[in-house]
Amino acid sequence: MPKIPAFPGKGMFVGLGVTFKEMVNTLKPDSKGGGPVTVQYPHEKEEPAPRSRGVITLFEENCTSCMLCSRECPDWCIYIEAHKYLAPPRREGGKPRSKNALDRFSIDFSLCMYCGICVEVCPFDALFWSPEYEYSEFDIKNLLHEKERLGEWFDTVPDFEPYEAGSEQKVKKVPG
Amino acid sequence: MAAPVSERDQLAYIANQAADARVNLEFESEGMTLNMGPQHPATHGTLRILAKLDGEQVISCEPMPGYMHRGYEKLCEVRTYPQVTTLVNRIDWLGSFANEVPWILAAEKLMGIEAPPRAQHIRTILFELSRIGNIALFLGDLGIQLGGITVGFYAFRDREHVLNQVEAVTGGRFHPNFDRIGGLKDDLPKGWIAETKAAMVKVQKFCDQVEDLLIGNEIFQSRTRGIGVIPQHVAQSYGLSGANARGSGIDWDLRRDSCPPGLVYDKCDWTVWTHPDGDSFSRSWIRLQETREAAKIVDQLLDTIPSGPIMAKVPRIIKVPEGEAYVATENPLGEMGYYLVSKGDLYPFRVKIRSASFNNISIVPWLCKGVYVPDVISILASLYFILGDIDR
Amino acid sequence: MSASPLALVGSAPVLAGLDPPYWAATLIKVGVVALLVPTTALILGIVFLFKVMSWMQSRLGPQEAGPRGLLQLLADGAKFIQKQDIIPDAADRFVFKVAPMVVLISTFLLYVIIPAGPSVVVESLDTGVFFALAMSSISVIGILMAGWGSANKFALMSGIRAAGQLIAYELPMVLAVVGVVIQAGTMNLNGIIAAQADFKLFGVVPFPLFLLTQLPMFLVFLAAAQAELTQPPFDMPVAESELVGGYQVEYSGFRFLFFFMGEFATAFAFAALASVLFLGGWSLPFVASDSDFYTSTAFWLIGPVVLFTKIMLVSFLIFWFRFTYPRFREDQLQKVCWKYLIPICLVWVSFTAIAKVVW
Repeated sequence: MPKIPAFPGKGMFVGLGVTFKEMVNTLKPDSKGGGPVTVQYPHEKEEPAPRSRGVITLFEENCTSCMLCSRECPDWCIYIEAHKYLAPPRREGGKPRSKNALDRFSIDFSLCMYCGICVEVCPFDALFWSPEYEYSEFDIKNLLHEKERLGEWFDTVPDFEPYEAGSEQKVKKVPG
Repeated sequence: MAAPVSERDQLAYIANQAADARVNLEFESEGMTLNMGPQHPATHGTLRILAKLDGEQVISCEPMPGYMHRGYEKLCEVRTYPQVTTLVNRIDWLGSFANEVPWILAAEKLMGIEAPPRAQHIRTILFELSRIGNIALFLGDLGIQLGGITVGFYAFRDREHVLNQVEAVTGGRFHPNFDRIGGLKDDLPKGWIAETKAAMVKVQKFCDQVEDLLIGNEIFQSRTRGIGVIPQHVAQSYGLSGANARGSGIDWDLRRDSCPPGLVYDKCDWTVWTHPDGDSFSRSWIRLQETREAAKIVDQLLDTIPSGPIMAKVPRIIKVPEGEAYVATENPLGEMGYYLVSKGDLYPFRVKIRSASFNNISIVPWLCKGVYVPDVISILASLYFILGDIDR
Repeated sequence: MSASPLALVGSAPVLAGLDPPYWAATLIKVGVVALLVPTTALILGIVFLFKVMSWMQSRLGPQEAGPRGLLQLLADGAKFIQKQDIIPDAADRFVFKVAPMVVLISTFLLYVIIPAGPSVVVESLDTGVFFALAMSSISVIGILMAGWGSANKFALMSGIRAAGQLIAYELPMVLAVVGVVIQAGTMNLNGIIAAQADFKLFGVVPFPLFLLTQLPMFLVFLAAAQAELTQPPFDMPVAESELVGGYQVEYSGFRFLFFFMGEFATAFAFAALASVLFLGGWSLPFVASDSDFYTSTAFWLIGPVVLFTKIMLVSFLIFWFRFTYPRFREDQLQKVCWKYLIPICLVWVSFTAIAKVVW
């Protein structure tokens, strides 16, 4: 049951104490455990978690234009264009192999809802999440990231973290 | 015999009567219609409340939801099951993992798949974390609605710890999109358990601060005790759930009484809080206690996570067999349920979302008859609804 | 009391050896008050509304405008002045335009009698306290005008609430001051300060502040001041989450700036009144009122500083209550006033009167 104050009016005093203590705490220097919780962006920046869904990046070598990501996207914001070409046969006298070449791969981040289905569904590990979030634009058409720009984010992809004890998951590796 | 009434007298008499009638009309004015419109700080989102006032008293009050209707149930008919999971996050956007759970459990029930114990355990932990995130904001919002803005800032500050933990494991703070049919998307990163335990300590401190600053404050108590009293039978007949029902003395909690398979509440030691009064204070106090209880549950569950796989064997392309299933869980806002009808293909045939807030605000017209305008604010704040949950 | 308190009343330019004609002196006085009001609103706004509130809420407050964000209010003021002057179609134009000025005029008039030193005062009236309380009541009319003239139902409700609240809380304020006036024997503010400097409890023990003998009245005065400023916990007229700004809701641009300045400058004025009436104003403790220190030229600087410190202390109390408590409902507000504050005042006033006669 709720606590009954010892004397009427006690709650008012205790409340004043809470705000006063908080004020003193905010003014204490960081070394003594005090300080405000404000992080003064853009002078200081917080580190997002490694798994944080900031931006999607493309590792072009692995992509086979299977179009799975484009199909599974709930917003249909991935645009892929590819053409088939004949690659030389693996052995002498064999048939030429038909392969896909990726012409265009773009993600429209103005539509993207950052759900991660495309990254999860890619069977060839060509899409990765990166925690980068500072890519705001003044013009909305610049939020359509083409192949080259998507590849540029690849350096910011962190390594996959090890798991907690008791897990049976294997830690995946970031290629390249 | 009296002298005949002259025409002049007759006209004078009629004019007199008309003047009297005019005065009567002016004195019998109807109440003022106040539109607490879609844009208002007190309604958590775009809820319109049409109130007829007589001075400061409300004669009748009608909530008009629908300004945020996004067509969820229709959208779900043209999305695959993983895609629906991402959409469903956005119904109750403050406790978003909690929206995914009954949906996934309904699909698992139809497919006959059970998630491995480790996944069930972590699912329950994330469920309770979303509860803390949601109700911590309720406590802050309660302060803001009633004028004590400082509590709102403390709520946002301490909710960050919970959101950081959710982000560390799922990648998204507000829309985790982490539950999958058959388990969870990924396992816990190293160090998460210790960090979450530290976060729970901070949440308990926050609850103590809120109790000192708001719940124990005499002004708050005089604003909420005895205001918006919902008797038990009325609460049951209007379909209230969650803390609103428990605030009226109904001892019903889906986690304990009707827990769907897939959540592990029976493996930890916790209590259900009820209060017999049924007023705004009891609802607020119960939610404070629920936050503490949720922190306790998370603490216990973190110590006992079983090892094992995180995902059961599930086909790549998910086609749920034909059938119907209804699964309801105790979400932070109340009882949330999904009635899933499947015809055996990629997309669900029909999804009916039973959201808690829709039923919770149905009682507002009954409750707000004869109360003062400030009390309407305090009642709405204590009933606690989220517009995304009402309108879907 | 040793010296007559009225001996301290002089005129600053006369004491300095100058003797300006009446019109020049009046112009100087008008200019001083006109400058003082925005300055004090600025100081209170920056220190308490931005910085102290932020520290109590575990955050930093504005940091970008000026060094450590101290010029934020100036930036806000400049922003308000350059905004479009929007008047609702259905509003009563004359009433709508004049309302903020009425509120501001009452604030300006309040600053006329606040003494920052024995002779550093714009006009030292014999009815000082009475004048102050009367002038602070003018703002009620301004708020009612704003509420009615805005053609907005929320503003109307807020105006009506304000009328009830502000008029009701005039009484505890007046009664709280009556005890001080009885003890000092004069309504002149400089005289009250001198009486405090010379006060001896039971005729024996020197007690430099009326705060100690009038503590309940001090608390009642603070509560009444908070209600007069429509600040939480008494801010039903401006309940942000219900009435979305109440009587100020239709005001934007420089008219809103007038309301804002009026509120904070009046807070400063009430804090100044409280420090003069209860904390001794510009007098230093244990320095008698006829000491030469008070008439020395150094005191022209020290006096205002002493008063300013006391004002900051009282303002901290006012704003501390503001940031901590939720708000009362209108009828609870009235109950507090009529059932608790006024009886306490009446009891203490009679007690003071008896004590004054006996001792």
